[in-house]
Amino acid sequence: MALIEVKNLKKSYGSIHAVRGISFSVERGEVVGFLGPNGAGKSTTMKLIAGHLRADHGEAIVAGFDVSADPIEAKTHLGYSPEGAPAYSEMTVREFLRFAADLRNLPDPSERVKKTLELCRLNEVAHQTVDTLSKGYRMRLGFAQAVIHDPEVLILDEPTDGLDPNQKFEVRRILKEMASRKAVIVSTHILEEIDELCTRVIVIAHGEVRCDESKEKFLQRGTDLNEVFRKLTA
Amino acid sequence: MSSESSPPTPNAFSAVWAIFNREFAGYFRTPLAYVFLAVFNAFAISLAFFVGNIYEAGVANLDRFFLYHPWLWAFLAPAAGARLWAEERRQGTIELLLTWPISVWQVAIGKFLAAWLFLATALFITLPIAFTVGYLGDPDVGVIVSGYLGSLLCAGACLGIASIASALTRNQVIAFVTGFLACFLLVLIGYGVFDEFIGGLFSPNIIEEVRRIGLWRNLEPFTLGLVDLRPFAYFLTLSFGGLGLSTIIIERR
Repeated sequence: MALIEVKNLKKSYGSIHAVRGISFSVERGEVVGFLGPNGAGKSTTMKLIAGHLRADHGEAIVAGFDVSADPIEAKTHLGYSPEGAPAYSEMTVREFLRFAADLRNLPDPSERVKKTLELCRLNEVAHQTVDTLSKGYRMRLGFAQAVIHDPEVLILDEPTDGLDPNQKFEVRRILKEMASRKAVIVSTHILEEIDELCTRVIVIAHGEVRCDESKEKFLQRGTDLNEVFRKLTA
Repeated sequence: MSSESSPPTPNAFSAVWAIFNREFAGYFRTPLAYVFLAVFNAFAISLAFFVGNIYEAGVANLDRFFLYHPWLWAFLAPAAGARLWAEERRQGTIELLLTWPISVWQVAIGKFLAAWLFLATALFITLPIAFTVGYLGDPDVGVIVSGYLGSLLCAGACLGIASIASALTRNQVIAFVTGFLACFLLVLIGYGVFDEFIGGLFSPNIIEEVRRIGLWRNLEPFTLGLVDLRPFAYFLTLSFGGLGLSTIIIERR
């Protein structure tokens, strides 16, 4: 059984058709890279799977649970980090993660927080409030709240956006560590990340899937990935 | 961390409790909470003494103290409630709440109860005025208790309205002003000036019905020691109606 199943999802904002019938499925062990220009419908698709938005049509199934019919169960199996990694600015890193753990009713929450702080290398800022964090730490915190319950399904909206090369390396390292046990969707603008991060590529443009294939196949499309991207998303 | 362990069952109580704790502690993370408590007490006491002349009245009761509470709550409940949803929207954390295994109504209840407890804290700090009346005279304790109960319910009603205003915008200032105006209207209804204003427009029967939806008209029985079902239901309707409506607004995003 695929951990993520998306069937003919559609979503409009007024007269704008953000997502026009997207279908795909993701198996355990796959890391799917979402590629596409800004406004292509990547974030909207992720929000629909995560249950933040309601689809006008179609369904999203996470770990066997329909996101709109059985949202609590679906969300229990899901970790989601929204674009920009929002967090409560007045809380410390530790407090914020503890809040996430308590809200999810995790057993032994302090141990979970401790492990997550270690996994995401957040120990040295554990006592800092969120509003004092650098971008790199903040993105890692967004990642941390998404993995604190070790979910089977992980959805990350631009987790490496605005990070320096070392910070990007860190995020990729953590992701690789856990990817074999999960179904992961990562959106990115950075074509070079595909090779290092993903096992599969889905290109989205104008609210439609333009290409859905293995990383190897995608990389064979041409030596100039920017050119490949332009053609696919035109 | 192993993924073999099945995820913990979501628990409505623990989720509401987590929200409640975070929200209540949130009020005290900034100096604003202490300013709020000080302002509430300064106004509650000085209105009773200098405008209500509670001392010169020479009667050992608190009805001149409670008389101004609808005004205070109309201003301060929206001030405390403006952040409820607007702040989540501004910070983008609403997206976390909506994708964590918790329903919107659970979030709404946790938030509402935390804000209500905060307003209750402000109210309980005024207790020395009750003790003073008790020291100077021989008041009916039951009447004072029912007055406090009524004031607390009135605060909840204003908070219900404030939470609707907060759910509609990401801007706390707009949330505050809208909430204040709506509560202020409910304060005005039942006051002489307002009655004269609408008196020219409607028949006396209608005016009497309109007066019943004013805050003071419903608080007054409590300050006289009359715990009646009707005003009780009125305050709870506004509280939970506001709570329900704000939940619907957030869900229909």
